[in-house]
Amino acid sequence: MITHLWINNEEAVAIILFGIGFTMLLFQKNLLKKLIGMNIMDTGTFLFLASMGYIEGRRPPIVENGVLERSAYINPVPAGLVLTGIVVSVSVTAIMLSLTVRLYKRYHTLDIDEMYERSKHAAEDR
Amino acid sequence: MEFITNFPLFTIVLSLFSGVLCYMLKPRVAKIYTLVYEGFLILLVSAVLYYVLATGQAFTYVMGEFPAPWGNEIRAGVLEAMIALCFLIVMICSVSAGFRFLKTDMDESKLNLYFTLVNLMTAALMSLVWTNDLFTGYVFLEILTLTSCGVLIVREIGRTSLAAVRYMILNLLGSGLFLLGVVLLYDLTGHLLMVPMKETIAELATDPAVLPVIGVAVGILTIGLSIKSGLFPFHFWMPDTYGWATPTSAALLSSLVSKAYIFLLFKTYYRAIGIDVLQQLPIRHVLLVLGAMGIVVGSLQAIHTNNLNHMVAYSSAAQIGYIYMGIGLGGVAGYTAAMFHVMAHAITKSQLFLTTPRLAEVAGGNLKFQDLQGSALKTRVAGFYFTIGAFSMIGIPIFAGFSSKLQFALAAVTGAGIKRILIVMLALAVSSMLNALYFVMTLIRIYTPDGDNNRSVMTHHHINYHLPMLLLTAANLLLGLRCDLIVDLIGKGLAMFG
Repeated sequence: MITHLWINNEEAVAIILFGIGFTMLLFQKNLLKKLIGMNIMDTGTFLFLASMGYIEGRRPPIVENGVLERSAYINPVPAGLVLTGIVVSVSVTAIMLSLTVRLYKRYHTLDIDEMYERSKHAAEDR
Repeated sequence: MEFITNFPLFTIVLSLFSGVLCYMLKPRVAKIYTLVYEGFLILLVSAVLYYVLATGQAFTYVMGEFPAPWGNEIRAGVLEAMIALCFLIVMICSVSAGFRFLKTDMDESKLNLYFTLVNLMTAALMSLVWTNDLFTGYVFLEILTLTSCGVLIVREIGRTSLAAVRYMILNLLGSGLFLLGVVLLYDLTGHLLMVPMKETIAELATDPAVLPVIGVAVGILTIGLSIKSGLFPFHFWMPDTYGWATPTSAALLSSLVSKAYIFLLFKTYYRAIGIDVLQQLPIRHVLLVLGAMGIVVGSLQAIHTNNLNHMVAYSSAAQIGYIYMGIGLGGVAGYTAAMFHVMAHAITKSQLFLTTPRLAEVAGGNLKFQDLQGSALKTRVAGFYFTIGAFSMIGIPIFAGFSSKLQFALAAVTGAGIKRILIVMLALAVSSMLNALYFVMTLIRIYTPDGDNNRSVMTHHHINYHLPMLLLTAANLLLGLRCDLIVDLIGKGLAMFG
């Protein structure tokens, strides 16, 4: 068990990061901390993808010195997936931050439970 | 005829383009453009449906010059075309019928931005329906999440922003899990396209040591999508989200967005994992039980609430439970019932969400039950459409809801063990009773005179409201009266799907 985890240490770390981010996103009350958790969660997935795509001893997939064998290069697809994932994660973070700003302006707190509490007293929100 | 194979791609690319275009148009023009454009899309998808029925086989559109297992693909069969057509009809009806409230709920000079979101949402919905690639599925899933958050927060009151934050957080958890599931499957198989992935998984599943790993990947992916679509116990965000959104957004979110996630899950099961492998995994039992529990709990919470929109939202949770129960039941009959209910619920729920604000309007803008007394007498047209939706939800014969319950019962009886028959039949019986209880109570409430003024105060409804409502009613009756026709089409679609 331990040796298996040691051999796949990158994947193990990636899953642990995913777990940390997931629990933060789920249980933190502070919206900013939730967002940081979301980014850690996504980073965990990206680390998983990147470590999977990398094969020890091989080169980046750019043809050099006329070497054309497939076995000389690593798989470029996971890197492409990570890039796409980063773009998605950035846009989601941007939207969430703008929502957080809007809520902070209205309720003057970042605590989501407190926001619910205050929204009950606001006249327009009945 | 051959040209029709390009149409699925057109529906995605033109929608993306329309989104950008609406950003630059004036609000009024953007509305007219969107309605005309959605009508045009309905024509395109109808042509695709006609084409696949005429040729009798599904077609795959290869993007770029890279054939499988590389590149990216779009695939269209009878089932995809039917679901896309249903989505587009509900979309055009929701946009048209809810427009009056849109004008009051948001700044009128910014209305074109709403149509930008609607068009981007159409693009995301269409790609989730057509795609043959799991990672494309993930990307458009996120676009759908962002646009659905967008249509939610256009109503600038505190409660919608709060609901949107909660909705987003849960959706992000779901997307994260879905992405992890896809990555694990990619790790196992080395493919992202569904067809080669299915072949590899079928090979891998013969090894008993690998099967649990596939089970974990599929389980993570399933949890992700069930959080996003609101399966019990992840349904608690529904009342706030649907209850505080502007009517068009509530209809779009409950009828289309959650169904698109379910369709993606179904597609992943059927086309990327394979039904034979799925039968060996424990996840289908979990779906059956959670679906059945969702039906009962959703209905009980619907009875408990004091707000009409919240009641309709909780009833959504119950209806999502039906669909998952069908998927968990398995077999052609179970999947047919699930897909039938996707369409039946999309049509009925949008009709209800577009009617409730009009009932509230004559009751002083309040959705609390005690204020709604007699509201259907003051606006008889809205009362009539609400009654149709409610009858369909209860499962009165001739309406869509009855046909789908019939399909579920048939699916349970044919080919399932005694335990499964019991679970399904009990869930159906309890939920029909509870549905009848809360919808009949609501109907009695809105048709009981409230004493002072029972004359119709709102006789005039715009044609923009009547036309979509009549269309939804007609679709409802079509699903109810000619369910044999629809079931036959779904059967053809499933045969092509595998």
